Amino acid sequence: MARAVSTRRKAAFTAAAWLVAFVIFFPILYTILTSFKTEPEAIAGFSLFPSWTSENYVEVQTQRDYFKPFMNSVVISVGSTLLALLVAIPAAWSMAFSPTKRTKDILMWMLSTKMMPAVAVLVPIYLIFRDTGLLDTRIGLTVMLTLINLPIVVWMLYTYFREIPGEILEASRMDGASLLNEIVYVLTPMAIPGIASTMLLNIILAWNEAFWTIRLTTTNAAPLTAFIASFSSPQGLFWAKLSAASTLAIAPILIMGWFSQRQLVRGLTFGAVK
Amino acid sequence: MGQITLKNVSKSFGATIIIPEIDLTIEDGEFVVFVGPSGCGKSTLLRLIAGLEDTSAGAIVIDGRDVTGEAPAKRKLAMVFQSYALYPHMTVAKNIAFPLKMAGEDKATIDRKVADAARILNLTNYLDRRPGQLSGGQRQRVAIGRAIVRQPSAFLFDEPLSNLDAALRGTMRLEISELHHQLKTTMIYVTHDQVEAMTMADKIVVLNAGNIEQVGSPMELYKTPKNLFVAGFIGSPKMNLINGAVAAKQGAATIGIRPEHMQISTSAGGWKATVGVAEHLGSDTFLHVNADGVGPLTVRADGEISVRHGDTVFLTPDPTKLHRFSEDGRAM
Repeated sequence: MARAVSTRRKAAFTAAAWLVAFVIFFPILYTILTSFKTEPEAIAGFSLFPSWTSENYVEVQTQRDYFKPFMNSVVISVGSTLLALLVAIPAAWSMAFSPTKRTKDILMWMLSTKMMPAVAVLVPIYLIFRDTGLLDTRIGLTVMLTLINLPIVVWMLYTYFREIPGEILEASRMDGASLLNEIVYVLTPMAIPGIASTMLLNIILAWNEAFWTIRLTTTNAAPLTAFIASFSSPQGLFWAKLSAASTLAIAPILIMGWFSQRQLVRGLTFGAVK
Repeated sequence: MGQITLKNVSKSFGATIIIPEIDLTIEDGEFVVFVGPSGCGKSTLLRLIAGLEDTSAGAIVIDGRDVTGEAPAKRKLAMVFQSYALYPHMTVAKNIAFPLKMAGEDKATIDRKVADAARILNLTNYLDRRPGQLSGGQRQRVAIGRAIVRQPSAFLFDEPLSNLDAALRGTMRLEISELHHQLKTTMIYVTHDQVEAMTMADKIVVLNAGNIEQVGSPMELYKTPKNLFVAGFIGSPKMNLINGAVAAKQGAATIGIRPEHMQISTSAGGWKATVGVAEHLGSDTFLHVNADGVGPLTVRADGEISVRHGDTVFLTPDPTKLHRFSEDGRAM
């Protein structure tokens, strides 16, 4: 039975939800506002009223080319996502549909690698990248991000595939579908929403990854995260330019997230509620 | 054609024996119901016949051909699942057409067969809908439609009505029976509901812990149950089973008497009983009584009789309808 909630209570909850949302969103809002301030305004102290100058954006683009790190971000995040899906789809598939006694252990082991602090393996990874010539290359970074996000991708897809009822697959077998037909006509169409939201989430994770992207690149393969960090230089902090660079860096993912929020929410809550 | 023979078929999962060796023959065109309590192995047996589970030993022969090692699709059987197992991304028409498409039929044949199936099952107006837009009964009809277009040698039904409400279950039960008369194809139907078994079957197979307890027509099972398990399982309400001195007087360890085989009187009779609960259905009256020296009994009377909780009634069992069972539970 649904609980009766009074209008006043509803209003209070709504107000609290808006407040929490505002607190979470405020740093992003302040970054955007700061990007429209002059440097003296930016360091002068807290102010919600910029002078609406666009000089920071112009300078960011003229001093340091925005499009190069932007393209690096696109290639690395999309590339690592596709590579991760290529490995994770068959892996999750076999674990979901032909589980063995060790399947749960393997899944837990994969997830446990995410619990390890990245800095613990920084030196060996750095040395491997240096010795194999992968430092500051798109390929190296793509492989790296594939590997660090793989456990999450496998877990998400595994959860999706597990939701596909086994009886439907049995029905298709009874209906005369070969394994290929089963995959093409039954499984894939049913799994596409799950694969799409996994892809979306992984692109965002890869786009925002800052630890490895900053440490394993210098100029050639540096994505937007490294681009932002470069504004915090030994010569001093340029808050307004840093904010403009940050706004430019988060804008694509913010727009993508905005348009695909339904898919994302579904992806993140999938399997949680029957 | 659709004769199915199981020869010494058994199934184990590791050390756990689900089905000990079973021998069974299902004749062409028969409507056979596997019935038994949950976990008795009836669905496993159906899945073995379908080829969705591998047998541990024995042979499954369909129309004289040993299909034990063959893939489900090659057995020429169609199955209707408890959860309907429809393809949610396909329309009703595409769901029904799927097995034909897999069989490589041409488009004209597919369209004709889908239209025929839809007409038989009253689905013509729903062909463009997706399963999510249909009611439970309509979904089950689509699942049946998908099965009949293949013109299989036998249909396998795995508790197809258990997700439906009581009223719809009654209607669908009739529809499936009518379909059987129409198609005259072998049907194997798994259920735990003995009413479904009694009303639909030509032959009932009663299963208990993987063993076949009895095979026979509904009336055979009703009139001459081979053992206590079948006696207690077949019939609704259940047969009254009485132990102790009353049974000993009949020279048996247990005697059984069906609720409808006792005469009720408010003045005189064999057993004096006090009414606990009286269920007045109009067409029947069910009394749950406690009989002196006998124990709790259920009695069924035709029509309406005016007795209430706490009333005293007298029951006289029909001696020709009394079932006697030995110590080991077998009918005597």
